[in-house]
Amino acid sequence: MTNVLELRGITKRFPGVLANDQISIALREGKILALLGENGAGKSTLMNILYGLYQPDEGEIIVRGQKVDIHGPNDAIAQGIGMVHQHFMLVPVMTVTENVMLGIEPTRNRVFLDKEKVAKRIREISDQYGLEVDPQAYIKDLPVGIQQRVEIIKVLYRQADILILDEPTAVLTPQEVEGLFKIIDTLIKSGKSIIFITHKLKEVLAVADDITVLRLGKVVGSIDPKEATSEILATMMVGRDVNLVVQKENAKPAGPVLVVENLYVRDERQHMTVQGVSFEVRQGEVLGLAGVQGNGQTELVYALTGLLPIDAGSIHLLGESIRHAPPRKILERGVAHIPEDRQRHGLILSFPIHDNMMLCTYYQPPFARGIALQPAPIFSNAEELVKQYDVRTPNIYVNAGTLSGGNQQKVIVAREFSRPIKLLVASQPTRGLDVGSIEYIHKQIIKKRDEGCGVLVVSSELDEILALSDRIAVIYKGQIMAIVDANTATKEQLGLLMAGVHLSETSNKN
Amino acid sequence: MTTTAAPAPHARNKENHRSALLQELLIPVLAVVTGLILGAIVILASGENPLRAYGALFAGSFGAPGDLIEGIQSYAATGETRLLLRAIYPITESLVTATPYIFAGLSVALGFRCGLFNIGAEGQFFIGALCSAFAGYSLTGLPMILHLPLAILAGALGGAVWGMIPGYLKARFGAHEVVNTIMMNWIAFRLSDWLLNGPMKSSGFRPVTPNVLASAEMPRFFPDPLRFNLSFFLALLAAYLVYWFLFKTTLGFEIRSVGANPDAAKYAGMNIIRNFVLVMFLAVGLAGLAGSAQVLGVDHWVGQGFSAGYGFDAIAIALLGKSHPAGVVLAALLFGLLRSGATDMQSIARIPIDIISIIQGMVIIFIAAPDIIRWLYRIRTKKAEDTVLTRGWGK
Repeated sequence: MTNVLELRGITKRFPGVLANDQISIALREGKILALLGENGAGKSTLMNILYGLYQPDEGEIIVRGQKVDIHGPNDAIAQGIGMVHQHFMLVPVMTVTENVMLGIEPTRNRVFLDKEKVAKRIREISDQYGLEVDPQAYIKDLPVGIQQRVEIIKVLYRQADILILDEPTAVLTPQEVEGLFKIIDTLIKSGKSIIFITHKLKEVLAVADDITVLRLGKVVGSIDPKEATSEILATMMVGRDVNLVVQKENAKPAGPVLVVENLYVRDERQHMTVQGVSFEVRQGEVLGLAGVQGNGQTELVYALTGLLPIDAGSIHLLGESIRHAPPRKILERGVAHIPEDRQRHGLILSFPIHDNMMLCTYYQPPFARGIALQPAPIFSNAEELVKQYDVRTPNIYVNAGTLSGGNQQKVIVAREFSRPIKLLVASQPTRGLDVGSIEYIHKQIIKKRDEGCGVLVVSSELDEILALSDRIAVIYKGQIMAIVDANTATKEQLGLLMAGVHLSETSNKN
Repeated sequence: MTTTAAPAPHARNKENHRSALLQELLIPVLAVVTGLILGAIVILASGENPLRAYGALFAGSFGAPGDLIEGIQSYAATGETRLLLRAIYPITESLVTATPYIFAGLSVALGFRCGLFNIGAEGQFFIGALCSAFAGYSLTGLPMILHLPLAILAGALGGAVWGMIPGYLKARFGAHEVVNTIMMNWIAFRLSDWLLNGPMKSSGFRPVTPNVLASAEMPRFFPDPLRFNLSFFLALLAAYLVYWFLFKTTLGFEIRSVGANPDAAKYAGMNIIRNFVLVMFLAVGLAGLAGSAQVLGVDHWVGQGFSAGYGFDAIAIALLGKSHPAGVVLAALLFGLLRSGATDMQSIARIPIDIISIIQGMVIIFIAAPDIIRWLYRIRTKKAEDTVLTRGWGK
C-alpha cells in the first residue's frame, strides 16, 4: 500500500530547544495513523510544520510521492491537507454556512455571496459522510460535538483527503466520542487518510491502524496496535514504567468540610448555569464531579471560591457560611483552588516563578513585613517548592510563561498545597498534561485526601474521575443528576448520566 | 534533568537581570537612533544640513564644549562665574524641561502597570498647577519651610482628587478610563479658562494668576537666568519612590498583578477595584506634581496654554521608558534635551522646531511597533510577553 504522506528527517530548532529531531513518519493511504506523545514531545510543532505554520530546518515533506514545500495553510490545503484544531476556529455569531465559506467565499456576479451554493455543498458532504448538521444554524447554538463536525466539514469542503485531527476527543462526552469514531470510519471508507493526535491511550488502541510515539522531539518507535497495550504505549511515551492506576486505600471520611445547599449561580453573561445544586464533601474523601464541559461546573467552582456571586442557596465551609465571602476570606479559611484555566486564573505568566509561588500569600509573613516584600524568604520558598514538586525549570527567576503546561500546573499545585488547607477544589487538574505529570498530580491529590483534606475534583475525563473519586456526582445542565459510589459506578452509567439520562431510565434500558 | 541552578541562585538572578536589562534597553535605544537618522533624512530632504542642525541641537541641549572649557578657564583664572554659568545654561535648561516630563511620565507609567490608560495627564497637570499656584499666592505670612511643602501638596492632592473622579466612575459604573480621562481633560481646560479669567485672575490685563510668593518658590541653585531648581531632585526622588512602591511592596505587587492578569489577581484574593482607585489616586497625584513643579519651580504663575502638551508627551515617555521608573527618567531626560535643544536649533540653524516632533513621533512609532526595529536590525525575536498597556472596554 502506498504512503499518501511522508515526513522525512524533519528537524526544527527553536532558540535553546530542539523541538523536532530527525522525525520521520508515514501515513498510509486510507489508514489512520495515531501520533502519540506527551505535551512537549513535539507533536504540535510537527503538525504546524506540516500545515505550513513553521518551516523545518531540515527534512522534507512528501505528498503522494512528490516532494513539496509548504509555506502556509493555503499551500497545505492545496496539497489536500486539512487540520481540525483542538480549539475550534469558528465564529460563534455566524452560521455553519458562513463559517465553512470563510476564506474562500464564492460569489454571484463577483459581488454577492453565494451562500446557497455553499449550503448545498454542505448538505452533500453531510449526506456522504454522515455528518449531520443544519447549514443555517448559528455556531453559538450548537453543542461542542456538532461544532466539531462543522470543523470537519470545513476541511472536507476544501477537498482535503489528508485530515489531521488534533486531540479531537478532548471536549466530547463518551457518547460523542463514539459518534466521532463512526464519522472517522466513514471517512476512511471513502478513501480519506487521517492523522490522529492524542495522548489518550485507549482511543489510540480503538481506532489506529498505525501508531507512532514521540518523546522529547524524537520518534521513539512505531508499533502495530494489535501488539500494543496501554502499558506498553505509556512506557514508550514517558520513557519509564508508569502506574496508570492511582494506588489508594479506601477513604476514611469524617465530618463534612463543605456543605452546599440548593445553590444557584449565574455566569458572567447572567445565564443561570447552576440550578439548585446540593452536595457535601467530607474530610478525607474525594468527591468527583463528572460532567461534559459547560454544564455549570465552572460556575459552581467559581462560586465556591468567591470568583462569582451566589444567586441563591448556601455554602458552608466547616460550619461557617461563605455565601458572601470575598476570595481572600475563602483562601484564608483553608480552601485551595486549582483552577480549570491555569493560564487565566492560576498564574501570572509574565511574572517569575518565585512571584507565582506566593501569589496568594504575598501579604503574609514571611513574604512581607508590613508592606515591604522580603526577597530572601520569597526566593527560598520558591527554591524549596521547585525541588519538592519537581518543577522542571532552569531557575526560579524565569517567567512562568516559559514553562511547559505540566510544569505550570506543578507550580500551581506546589503553591496551593504549601498552604495549610482544609478543602481542595481541583478543576480539570490534569487537562492537557502528559502521562507523567498526571500520575504525579493524582498522587499528590490522594496524599492530601489521606492527610484529612476534603477534595472536590471536577473533570470532564471519566477516567480521571474514576481513578480519584470515592463518590461521584454527575452534573448536567446545572443540576446534579445523581451521586454514586465510585466503587460500583461504571463508565457506561456515568456516560449516560452525563448525557442527561436519569438512573431510573438507564436501569429500564438495561 | 534536574531542577535548579543550585550553586549560586542569586548570582544567577543578577546575571539574568543584566541580560534582561540589555534586552529591555536595546529596542528603545535603537528606536531613538533610528528616529534621529530618519530626522536627518527629513532635514536633508528639506534642503538643510543635518550635521549643522544636530550640532545646534547638541549645543542647545548639552551646551557647547568650547564654551564650557572657556568658562572653566575664566573661572580658574579670575574667579568670574559669568562665562561658566553661560556654558552650563543649556544643560540646566534641559533638566528643567525634563522635570515635569519625569513626574507626568511616572504618572502614566504607574497607570500602565495596573492596566489603566490615563490619557488625562494634560488636564491633571493643569489642575495640579492651578492648585499649587493658588496655595502659592493666597497663603501669606508662612515661612518657606511650611509654605513650599503646602503648595506642592496642594498640587498633588488637587490632581489626585481630580483623578478620583474617573477612578470612581470606572470602579462604580465600569466606564472606561480612556474616555473619562479625555473628557476630564476638556473639563480641566475650560475650568482653567474660567478660573484664569475670573476668580484666579491677577490684577493685570492678561488672564494669568498672580505670581506665587517667594516663600512658595522652589529654591534655585544658580543666579538668573538659570532656572535649575529643587524640583528636578524631587522628580528623581519620586521616581525612586515609585520604583520602590511598585517592586518592593505588597501594594505594588498587587498593582502589577492586576495589570498583568486581573483574573489571576482576583483568584489570589486581590481587590481589583481598590487597586484601580489607588492607582488613579497616586498616578494623577504625580501628574499634579508635574504641574506644581512647573509653576513653583519655573514660571511662578499659570496662564492659558500653560501645559504645552506635557501630559500628552508623558504617554510617549511612559511607552519609551517601558513603564519602568528608571526608563521613564531616561526617556524624560531625552525629551527634555530634545525640546530644550530644539529652540537653539531653530534660532541658530534655522531648522523648524517641528523636526523634533517628527523625530519624537517616529521614536514612538518604533516603540509601539518594535517589530520594525527588530526587522531593521535583524534582531532575533526572543519571545517575551509584552507589557499590557490597557485592558479592553468595560470591566
